[in-house]
Amino acid sequence: MKPARLSLPDVFRVGASGLRARPTRVILSALGIAIGIATMIAVIGISSSSREQLLRQLDKLGTNMLTVSAGNTVFGEPAKLPVEAVDMVARIGPVSSASATGTAPATVRRTSHIDEAVTSGISVQAATTSLLTTLEGGVAKGIWLNDATSRQPAVVLGAKAAERLGITRTGVRVWMGGRWFTVIGILNPTPLAPEIERSALVGFPVAEELLGFDGHPTTLYERSAEEAVEAVRDVLPRTVNPEHPNEVDVSRPSDALAAKAAAAGAFTNLLLGLGAVALLVGGVGVANTMVISVLERRREIGLRRSLGATRGQVRIQFLSESLLLSALGGVAGAVLGALATIGYAMSRDWPPVVPPWAIGGAVAATLVIGTIAGLYPAMRAARLSPTVALSTT
Amino acid sequence: MSIIELRGVTKTYNGHVHALRGVDLTVSSGELLAIIGPSGSGKSTMLQIIGTLDRPTSGTVRIAGHSVLDLNDRQLSALRARHLGFVFQQFHLSPGVSALDNVADGLLYSGTPLRVRRERAAAALDRVGLGHRLDHKPNQMSGGEQQRVAVARAVVGDPPLLLADEPTGNLDSAAGAEVLKIIKELSEAGTTIAIITHDNEIAEWCPRQVRVRDGLVLA
Repeated sequence: MKPARLSLPDVFRVGASGLRARPTRVILSALGIAIGIATMIAVIGISSSSREQLLRQLDKLGTNMLTVSAGNTVFGEPAKLPVEAVDMVARIGPVSSASATGTAPATVRRTSHIDEAVTSGISVQAATTSLLTTLEGGVAKGIWLNDATSRQPAVVLGAKAAERLGITRTGVRVWMGGRWFTVIGILNPTPLAPEIERSALVGFPVAEELLGFDGHPTTLYERSAEEAVEAVRDVLPRTVNPEHPNEVDVSRPSDALAAKAAAAGAFTNLLLGLGAVALLVGGVGVANTMVISVLERRREIGLRRSLGATRGQVRIQFLSESLLLSALGGVAGAVLGALATIGYAMSRDWPPVVPPWAIGGAVAATLVIGTIAGLYPAMRAARLSPTVALSTT
Repeated sequence: MSIIELRGVTKTYNGHVHALRGVDLTVSSGELLAIIGPSGSGKSTMLQIIGTLDRPTSGTVRIAGHSVLDLNDRQLSALRARHLGFVFQQFHLSPGVSALDNVADGLLYSGTPLRVRRERAAAALDRVGLGHRLDHKPNQMSGGEQQRVAVARAVVGDPPLLLADEPTGNLDSAAGAEVLKIIKELSEAGTTIAIITHDNEIAEWCPRQVRVRDGLVLA
């Protein structure tokens, strides 16, 4: 004589019926799981959204720009780049655009009445006319320097420089190097070259003529074909300064953004750990609920045994109840976590990203927790002798 | 043909409490009998052994032709699912579940599909006179009605043997009479029924009485 198998829908019905009878307790113990899962999903989701935002920014800015700065001599003195460095870089095969800036020994102020020491962190830089092309930047107002204005007392302000000087339109004058310069343009932000945002840019000729600039560039900017970036990087020091290639610093500004994107995932480990602890506590809550449930339902267990349930069928009933309970918490937690991610990302203007593997992991975690939490109570329920269970009053 | 056959059955708890001291009992198919005795006489132990909920310490038990000693726990469960129905003094209905589904659960472990379980549950409730209360929850019913639901659950699978443990113990006499009337009808339809009771009146009402005292069946 063989006992009949319980069909899968029946297993679920029996498990769910146990939960339906005690809704408050179900909600409270599922809440523990939900909080843990929501924490983990939100942590992963928010850091993924932040990374996605940085990657998109990186994509837009391009990773094919290199900057060359003068660096230091072997004696620790500030080194200088040769005057002809830009032209030499422009002659490297894969380089599509090259430009330079050079720091001029001057300050920029609204009027001559402001103390010379108050620079607001704005540097005065001579810039080649090709700079904006290399940076792939643009003007927010006015125009960029051209060959004509490079010879005139005309200045283009970086986005931050304009903000710090309180200048919002062109045509006004600023006091530079002991005379007035006219603002002819204001730049958009240039995330790959933040130093340009904090500069007042004038032409090379006028800087040499009026601001005591020596004509030696301090920073070179170049863009090349994406696949040639490493090759160009290798030849840059020797090209820029053949006599002292060791004095030249080459960097790739997009590397900083890429590092930031990579780091966006790293700080979350601690928060993920917190989520895991919450989940564990939730699992203990489910186990506790199930143990109490078994104690309270000895009569029901006895009745089911008298109706013909095998020990295995009693075990599977309590196991499925525990699984359903934690799955309920898991689903609620995943929804809460996803909503938190979307809400946070929207408020930061990030693209909301909830990785599918995080949802999959959350579901798997709740199933594992439900099984572990239900195992012991289910075994206890199955071990109950039917007579003992029925004689309880 | 005998449906219950006990031979020299003893049951000892904890090595020294002798609940049954050698019981012989044969019940033929279709009988309606009362097992009567004061509390502590061993009649509940006898019910548990007949109901295969417990095993004897010694002796042989044959229920519906199966030797209980030769069956493992899974096989005993299957035997209960197919051949036995139980009615308890405390009804043991699931709260918050309709009468229909409470009765349908009587077939849950017999491998019957849900739709068929519900159909047969409706028919069983009709049989105990509750065809109009299918959707009522236990707490919306009187004690007598609840016990009739429990009887319906016990017989929904048409078991050849029905065991009733003090079925009227928690009921007033009118409700008790109602339940006994249904038991009578079931008996007339061919079900073998054993009622465990300490009530002489119910025992006299049955065609056969088995008196138990101090773990022994009195002649």
